[in-house]
Amino acid sequence: MSLKTAIDNGADAVYMGFRDNTNARAFPGLNFDEAQAAEGLRYAHDRGRKVLLALNTYPQTDTWSRWTGAVDRAAKLGMDAVILADAGLMRYAVKNHPQLRLHLSVQGSATSYEAVNFYREHFGIQRAVLPRVLSLPQVENVVKNTPVEIELFGFGGLCVMVEGRCLLSSYCTGESPNSAGVCSPAKAVQWKETPAGLESRLNGVLLDRYGKDEKAGYPTLCKGRFEVGGETYYAIEEPTSLNTLDLLPEMLKMGIAAIKIEGRQRSPAYVAQVTKVWRAAIDAVKKNAAGFTPTPAWMAELNKLSEGQSHTLGAYHRPWK
Amino acid sequence: MNLSLGPLLYYWSREDTLAFYDEAASWPLARIYLGETVCSRRHLLRLPDWLDLAEKLHDAGKEVVLSSQTLIESESDLKALRRMVADGRFLVEANEWGAVRLLSEAGAKFVAGHTLNVYNPETLDVLAGLGTKRWLPPVEMSRDSLAAILMQAPAGMETEVFAYGKLPLAYSARCFTARHYNLPKDDCQFRCLDHADGLTLSSREGETFLTLNGIQTQSAGVYCLISELPSLRELGVNSLRLSPQSRHMGRVVEAFHAALEGDASQTAALARFMPGKPVDGYWHGKAGLEYAHGEESC
Repeated sequence: MSLKTAIDNGADAVYMGFRDNTNARAFPGLNFDEAQAAEGLRYAHDRGRKVLLALNTYPQTDTWSRWTGAVDRAAKLGMDAVILADAGLMRYAVKNHPQLRLHLSVQGSATSYEAVNFYREHFGIQRAVLPRVLSLPQVENVVKNTPVEIELFGFGGLCVMVEGRCLLSSYCTGESPNSAGVCSPAKAVQWKETPAGLESRLNGVLLDRYGKDEKAGYPTLCKGRFEVGGETYYAIEEPTSLNTLDLLPEMLKMGIAAIKIEGRQRSPAYVAQVTKVWRAAIDAVKKNAAGFTPTPAWMAELNKLSEGQSHTLGAYHRPWK
Repeated sequence: MNLSLGPLLYYWSREDTLAFYDEAASWPLARIYLGETVCSRRHLLRLPDWLDLAEKLHDAGKEVVLSSQTLIESESDLKALRRMVADGRFLVEANEWGAVRLLSEAGAKFVAGHTLNVYNPETLDVLAGLGTKRWLPPVEMSRDSLAAILMQAPAGMETEVFAYGKLPLAYSARCFTARHYNLPKDDCQFRCLDHADGLTLSSREGETFLTLNGIQTQSAGVYCLISELPSLRELGVNSLRLSPQSRHMGRVVEAFHAALEGDASQTAALARFMPGKPVDGYWHGKAGLEYAHGEESC
């Protein structure tokens, strides 16, 4: 399984989710039941690594006990931390499991040190994952003004919207990451070959139409081609991935505690390759930050795995905005 | 149940903005939210201007609430937020948790905006303990989910529901209006000024879908709960938020006011004053772009 693969290839910690909608990757075939979670933890701990449990959707009133139950199980299993987004759930965790380490999920949408420090003061969070919307100087300003460890996205999908504050998916399909743990859910996707080309739709809305030589990607709503003012283009974002390998020395220098690599919706082969490259890169920066340049082999490997076969530095690099 | 005018989400000229609020002073509204909530680059009205306007509207008998910026990115954003909190004359609407921290530290009562993501009574209770006197559910929340929260809502908590207007759906570091004009965000030439109700995004088969409003993405459909007043009342909702649009806003307020008074004669005509097709799917637990009520009712 991917968890073992990530650990074998050098991940310091691995995120996992339970097999329900308590995490923001509630896709079929993903995630763990309790026995698998315990096995994963054992595997990680035997090798001195950590497992972090994602409980980062927003609990609804009538299913509240599913989320508190998940917090209880995390504590019982001995998870190294739980990643939460909901303030009410954080209060529950602090009250019932004071020893359990809490991280603020990217779904918590904290983009300033005032917000991060709010969660620190009230719930004792020890780490926050920042949304992919800040530039590196803005990230540095957060790091300098909080005792909370800061984790950044390094590689994977590019959410162009502030995580936790994007309802585009539910507007189109009725399900959003906040409420249902999914974005652009697979069950709402339709593919159709037409004389005009291959069409992808989400709940009936045409997201894109591909020419003969175009590679069709997963129809994530914000990465479709739309018409604005008579022009058809990627009006929100091209189907590219985020790859910040170039920025690694700067990130480590400003005191970023961890780099997050998306792996939970990926194949073990993908996880192995990406983790191996990033492990080597981080070790190289730690050895000699000034002399660090990503090797062409690393970049080629990562590009091969990127959505749309291209990548961007995203908002970390100001001109992208 | 009374009516609130939400913060102006678009960027209009100074003259147009002031003229809009001049008119609004005479509309049957209990309260008006003021301030720039979308983009820190929009500067035709700055905090002192909003505060002047707030005084005027207060004198005209409106409750005034200052609404804070939704996406805080820089130290200067935080400075602006601190100035708003420090003024202290008016209630503030917190639109992210940094504002919650500053307001609770200041010991101020405040409004918890719809982007704070309150999806359950526990989180609402956390906010109540910090000084929230009124809250707005996320715009995607259904009637049934809201009903479940309100069964256990903290005593005295007022509820306001986003009931009319294009739905604010997402916020980004990137400016989609500038992107449309191939301009960098830092040199956007304030193109939002040319789009008084945002820039419509359609599918490649011409179906209107979303609205680009700078760094904010809205629905193209106009959320409208005017036919839902009985269920809103039954839930104990205290206020309905009507979101500003550039034309016919007075007619919209009038139609809601009449409907609240039991006069539905203007309800059917409301669709003519909308800058898009009506939608109400969220309220019924469906995709937001759906419209459960059919053409005749909105």
